[in-house]
Amino acid sequence: MIEARPLRYIPHTRDDVRRMLEVIGRPRVEDLFAAIPVELRLRRPLALPEPASEQEVLAELERLAGANANARSHDWFLGAGTYSHFIPSAVDALVSRAEFYTSYTPYQAEISQGTLQAIFEWQTMMCGLTALDVSNASMYDGASATAEAALMAMRITRRNRVAVSASLHPHYRQVLDTHLAGLRAEIVTIPRGEDGRSEPVADFVDGETAAVILQQPNFLGIVEELSEAAEAAHAKGALLIASVTEALSLALLRPPGEAGADIACGEAQSFGVPMAFGGPHLGFLATRAELVRQLPGRLVGETADARGKRGFVLTLSTREQHIRRERATSNICTNQGLCLLMATIYLALLGRVGLRKLAEMNLAKAEYAKARIRETPGLALACSAPTFNEFAVRLPLPASEALARAERAGIIAGLDLRPHLPELGPALLICTTELNGRESIDRLIGILAGGGS
Amino acid sequence: MSGSGSPPRQASQVEVADLARDEPLLFERSAPGRCGCSLPRLDVPEVDPGALLSPDQVRADLPGLPELSEVEVVRHFTRLSTWNTAVDLAPYPLGSCTMKYNPKLNEKVARLPGFSAGHPLQPDALRQGLLELFHRLEAQLAEISGMDRVTLQPAAGAQGELAGIMMIRACHERRGERRSKVMVPDSAHGTNPASAALNGYQVVAVPSGEDGILRPEAVEAAMTEEVAALMITNPNTLGLFEEHIQRITGIVHAKGGLVYGDGANLNALLGVARPGDMGIDVMHFNLHKTFSTPHGGGGPGAGPVGVKEVLAPHLPIPVVREAAGGGFELSEDLPHTIGRLHGNLGNVGVLVRAFAYILSLGAEGLRRCAEMAVLNANYLLARLRDAYHVPYDRPVMHECVLSDRNLRDAGVTTLDVAKRLIDYGFHPPTIYFPLIVPGALMIEPTESESPEELDRLVESLLAIEREARENPELLRSAPHRTRHGRLDETRAARKPVLRWRPDPASD
Repeated sequence: MIEARPLRYIPHTRDDVRRMLEVIGRPRVEDLFAAIPVELRLRRPLALPEPASEQEVLAELERLAGANANARSHDWFLGAGTYSHFIPSAVDALVSRAEFYTSYTPYQAEISQGTLQAIFEWQTMMCGLTALDVSNASMYDGASATAEAALMAMRITRRNRVAVSASLHPHYRQVLDTHLAGLRAEIVTIPRGEDGRSEPVADFVDGETAAVILQQPNFLGIVEELSEAAEAAHAKGALLIASVTEALSLALLRPPGEAGADIACGEAQSFGVPMAFGGPHLGFLATRAELVRQLPGRLVGETADARGKRGFVLTLSTREQHIRRERATSNICTNQGLCLLMATIYLALLGRVGLRKLAEMNLAKAEYAKARIRETPGLALACSAPTFNEFAVRLPLPASEALARAERAGIIAGLDLRPHLPELGPALLICTTELNGRESIDRLIGILAGGGS
Repeated sequence: MSGSGSPPRQASQVEVADLARDEPLLFERSAPGRCGCSLPRLDVPEVDPGALLSPDQVRADLPGLPELSEVEVVRHFTRLSTWNTAVDLAPYPLGSCTMKYNPKLNEKVARLPGFSAGHPLQPDALRQGLLELFHRLEAQLAEISGMDRVTLQPAAGAQGELAGIMMIRACHERRGERRSKVMVPDSAHGTNPASAALNGYQVVAVPSGEDGILRPEAVEAAMTEEVAALMITNPNTLGLFEEHIQRITGIVHAKGGLVYGDGANLNALLGVARPGDMGIDVMHFNLHKTFSTPHGGGGPGAGPVGVKEVLAPHLPIPVVREAAGGGFELSEDLPHTIGRLHGNLGNVGVLVRAFAYILSLGAEGLRRCAEMAVLNANYLLARLRDAYHVPYDRPVMHECVLSDRNLRDAGVTTLDVAKRLIDYGFHPPTIYFPLIVPGALMIEPTESESPEELDRLVESLLAIEREARENPELLRSAPHRTRHGRLDETRAARKPVLRWRPDPASD
């Protein structure tokens, strides 16, 4: 069993193994597995390839990566919950420090202060961006953060009905449905109004409603009226949950907490986290101070050591599964720590002025594209309400055909809305960010209007 | 460089002081007017947000964000990084977490633009490389575990557990059965009962036997037709193989229940034995444990789930399949699915790393991981058993559990041992878990550690045991060699300070 050839990740030599077996008092490595009944032991090698050299593995992964279109190989106008933004070089340089990425959950605070202080900084910045009192140390993604927010509201209100905007990202809605399926819970859908905003929520809230969930901006990029929704929800004792897929909008729009939301949740991938086909990304969850005991996920708090020196520790862990087991607020254990670090570094680099300017730039790009669309025969904006950096466009040709034409010109034009909103007719959801230059926007619009081939 | 300015000696003193000082919070370093980014010039007309949206829809300012130059940000986080210990610095024998080496190659391949800059909603025809990787990784994990089908979607082990429990519920409901309970051994990870509860199940705790493993009789006694499933970890959290696993799974199956396998400890079994051959119906893999993807200071991980055919109709959507015209596609056409669990496709960047790891090691290398991990754990146990109390003294698999029982007379606890071990340059083991061992120290060395590193760890633990008898205060006040002394967790929880606020006095 020990005649294997050297493997680069495992240090043991034959002599090492022999010496260690002597200390243990067993003649062979196989004897260490004596507790496994013989009939359960695998009597053949796994049907997997031979070990591969580093250069072979690299070549194979380069081949597979090369077969994928991506935001470096194409002009990218596809958003819909995952956004192509520029990532400053310092972000990857810093998260590539092994002290960060080869450590684990900071249970031992004295040797994890780097991770803990960064999380404390993240919590502080997310409180500022959402105008809420407390933010956790991340969830898996925006969809699961939204589902956890709904469960949190159900625990707080002891009610089982959730009113959800029809303009919540369809995948978020699916994930919410999945999480609530085993529970005695009911979901009511708040329809989309004429102009793209959700219908007034008052008609969909009653004394049984735990929470109203609105996406801000919504799936079609439309800015919702959160404060009206908050009033209507609160009037019936329900909470308002604002779910955000494009976190950059937090730098421009009235923050959820200020508009009356009790919980803000969503996806912070836009803050320096690569798209990476949708993960790992960075769910966030923030709430008011008095609701903190029902908040799932890890939290870092300030404390001091015996000499009175400030330091940080994981805290309020009696909410969590490793202490509270089946009575925990959630089953979450591993979070998205390194993605949180990316976002913390990103927000520190962009800062108070840079992040706002970037948000205004995204808004300006979208407004330019929308103005061009309004003046282009055959194209029309699907909704009239204001948007941030994303909007829906009606097309004179099937969306699939428009996408194919654009792709031939090296452009990923957006998301075909037919599976999600067939009532719109041929339509695309288009996103513009700082990475989309004016010329490429002009080219896109030319192709959508029927140009190209 | 010569002539003017401070003398070199003085300058170097300043530098030393600078490196040793406390790094303040970002907000305390902030100075109005600084910025760490440069945006491109706006190439479209500027817009007035207040005019486009209603003025009350636009926020005035971003008060929570700091203002810093790039160099300040880089120094800040570089300094913070030096306050962490990490696998690349020293052994990190955190039990149940499998803190093995994270190969550099895997970091490189995950950053290839064809993986890192792809989008979850782009057409399948434009991501055939990704889908081929998914298809092959699913098949590899199925072969390693002996399961029939695999979903890569869950973002972490706990989300995998939830997916598994949801599939179990869907399976029972499809059979027209309503079962309300899930059995969980008292040695299980906290995520097990929490995952069952999150899906609306009542949790029934099953006691472990005196020898640390589950007795078939205990399972028999608790197993009724109300029980949907047993969740079991094998090897269990004491590092012991559940020797009666076949009888136990047989008992559960006989009454119509299903068996969930927690794959946290799969590293011990790679190429040696397979959960699917033991009667496990569904299990998760922790790619950040067994398959070497980095733990990232708390995540991201990935928790793919393997199932037997009986549960395959209930897999989360989308599923990867071979397309009729060749190549691969994602499909949502699975009528009995539990639905979607992740907003996108899962933690793809983690999946890419694990795939590269499996290619690197192959069948031979994976088996070697299990063998050397088990060898290392037994070596530690053999060298430590005379000094430390061993609550279940029998051959272990990939980890061993000690306790502080012999030290209590000296007034020393497991927490003190852990904090003192920091002074010796090691990350402490997992402590106070599993809950069935008072004062547990759970040590998982993994296959990455050479015998020299293990000997250093052993010598340190033996020295600490001597210190406990001779100078217990040294342990109680540890750590001594870190930037911070022992941090007061009680104070943090009593009056939680969860964010920085400007000091009103400084305004």
